[in-house]
Amino acid sequence: MPADSLDKAVTDEERISVATQRQLIWWRFRKHKLAMCGGIVVLLFYLVALFGDFLSTSDPQASDGQRSLMPPQSVRLFQDGSLSPHVYAVRGERDPVTLQRTYAVDPSQRIPVRLFGHGYEYKFLGLFTTDIHLIGTEGTPAEESLFLLGTDQQGRDIYSRLIHATRTSMLIGLTGVVLSILLGVALGGISGYYGGAVDTVIQRLIEILRSIPVIPLWMGLAAAMPKDWSVTQVYFALTVILSVIGWTELGRVVRGRVMQIRSEDFVTAAELVGSRPRRVIFVHMVPLFASHIIAATTLALPLMIVAETSLSFLGLGLRPPAISWGVMLQQAQNVQAVALSPWMLVPVVPVVVVILAFNFLGDGLRDAADPYDI
Amino acid sequence: MLNYIGRRLALGLFTIWAVSVLSFLIIQLPQGDFATTRLAELAAAGNSSASFEAERLRAEYGLDQPILVQYFAWIGQVVQGDFGMSFDWNRPVGDVIGDRLALSMVVSVAAIIFTWAVALPIGVYSAVRRYSVGDYTLTFLGFLGLAIPNFLLALVLMYLGFAVFDANVGGLFSAEYENAPWSFAKAWDLLKHLVIPAIVLGVAGTAQLIRIMRANLLDELKKPYVVTARAKGLSERRLVAKYPVRVALNPFASSIGFLFPHVVSGAVVVSIVLSLPTVGPLLLRALQAQDMYLAGAIVLLLGVMTVIGTLISDLVLMWLDPRIRHAR
Repeated sequence: MPADSLDKAVTDEERISVATQRQLIWWRFRKHKLAMCGGIVVLLFYLVALFGDFLSTSDPQASDGQRSLMPPQSVRLFQDGSLSPHVYAVRGERDPVTLQRTYAVDPSQRIPVRLFGHGYEYKFLGLFTTDIHLIGTEGTPAEESLFLLGTDQQGRDIYSRLIHATRTSMLIGLTGVVLSILLGVALGGISGYYGGAVDTVIQRLIEILRSIPVIPLWMGLAAAMPKDWSVTQVYFALTVILSVIGWTELGRVVRGRVMQIRSEDFVTAAELVGSRPRRVIFVHMVPLFASHIIAATTLALPLMIVAETSLSFLGLGLRPPAISWGVMLQQAQNVQAVALSPWMLVPVVPVVVVILAFNFLGDGLRDAADPYDI
Repeated sequence: MLNYIGRRLALGLFTIWAVSVLSFLIIQLPQGDFATTRLAELAAAGNSSASFEAERLRAEYGLDQPILVQYFAWIGQVVQGDFGMSFDWNRPVGDVIGDRLALSMVVSVAAIIFTWAVALPIGVYSAVRRYSVGDYTLTFLGFLGLAIPNFLLALVLMYLGFAVFDANVGGLFSAEYENAPWSFAKAWDLLKHLVIPAIVLGVAGTAQLIRIMRANLLDELKKPYVVTARAKGLSERRLVAKYPVRVALNPFASSIGFLFPHVVSGAVVVSIVLSLPTVGPLLLRALQAQDMYLAGAIVLLLGVMTVIGTLISDLVLMWLDPRIRHAR
């Protein structure tokens, strides 16, 4: 081996031997290309959720029967050879025979599209009121002229609704998963810590929850929500329903780790100085396998998102005026309607992309959580 | 061995009991009992003896009793095969469900068969031709299959069938067989219609199984006995098929324990999208109409069928795998 590459190997080894756990995990994770991509995509989705109002073009609730089911518009970037993005105005007519609305482009009427244009008013991150949007129109308001992904039955802009739905759907997964973590760590921790009869009871409970079909159960519980509940109440009830059944995988992971660490010296030491079980589990044990919890959480998130989407799709989850991917897809339940206006299926795309991203990220995190094995 | 069967049976019974409690909970959850709903209906219809009628209903169904008594009264009837009345349909729940439950199970089992039939050869191929173009393509497709929720896949397929082939890919029977008595032709028709639901429901499980099969077989292929067999000149095809695949198959068979609940569960939503004549659409309608005895019965029956299915597969697995048979 040449001297300089030997040197490099030695310094590499030194670097690894003094690295902190966090650095090791990061280095391990960084090598996993797909997981990195997944992580970036997930981050982008949360950014969209955060800056939803800024990114959307129209008020997601602004409806007009005159614009029902408009096809997506194409933005033209050039005009007479120079850069000047614009869309053509669209005129709607009702077919006298089929009574269907048909739309025709009117090339004589050009509506300029600008970056950082003005639109509806909103509170930027809840801090100050503004009407600047990433994309805006000049002359006519965007609600009447700009439909990047078409409109739905009520004539609402699908692109803006999609952006707002991203916020709801990503957040419901997150809140649901936080509850699941609490349940999973508490029950899994108790199960692994005490063992014996308590362990048996909790393990049977997990086994039962895993061996019965959950969707009918979810549907039954969700249908019991009173019809007069507000959007917020339904939202929180739904997260509780999702996490009450969804904590089992986390519980299993935590139990396994706790059982492994249970007989370590530092646990005995903590017990001898008089720490109570709750303190031992949460203060001394949990930090040791926090990375495993994060990995399991990442893999649990897409399940929550799918569950919310399917319940809302069936009309048992979130209800309008709340906007989520599932609520948007509710309008796509009728095949004939979808066949005439396929752009109603657009919410399928973010659902699939985000699940894929979470799975890649979770796989990478799970591998990186234990950076010591080869 | 008897010990093992006994433990499995006990756990199965316990799970069925837990499912019954959960189903009862679902029946009880909506505010007000059905007598109140009925009272409102009768009052709206201008019936003056409405409150008397409601009292009679309450007494008849024991709704004025404590909840524990109600549970035992309900479960006592269920054990005798009486699931109560469906108030939406005004018929006994058993009649309303009819052969829909059996069709639900047919769809689920078809999905499992599809899963195995596809995952086995692909898993073996991916392991034997590791890192080949085919392996990468199949792995990618597998990830995609995992990521697409099955009801969305059903939705997209419905749309494609409608837009491209101008055909309805939903349903389980052609129009002429819908109400016909069972015959060979009707069964064949059912089989043809099962393909799409089986694919939609089986894709996620298939993707998972391919990954399991590939990993297991890769572990086996590294073992010395494979090298020995190769050194002795056994052809590659026989070498792989004879032992490594058989050993790698074991976790494959046990996977039904986690696959089956998922498939049954997914079948509910997929049936609604594809409008299959199974219990799925019935459950949704019952929940929308707050027809709780029907909804509770469906949740209970689906749970019980799943537990029984898993139990049977466990026993078959035990028969297949001597390591489980002789343990303890």
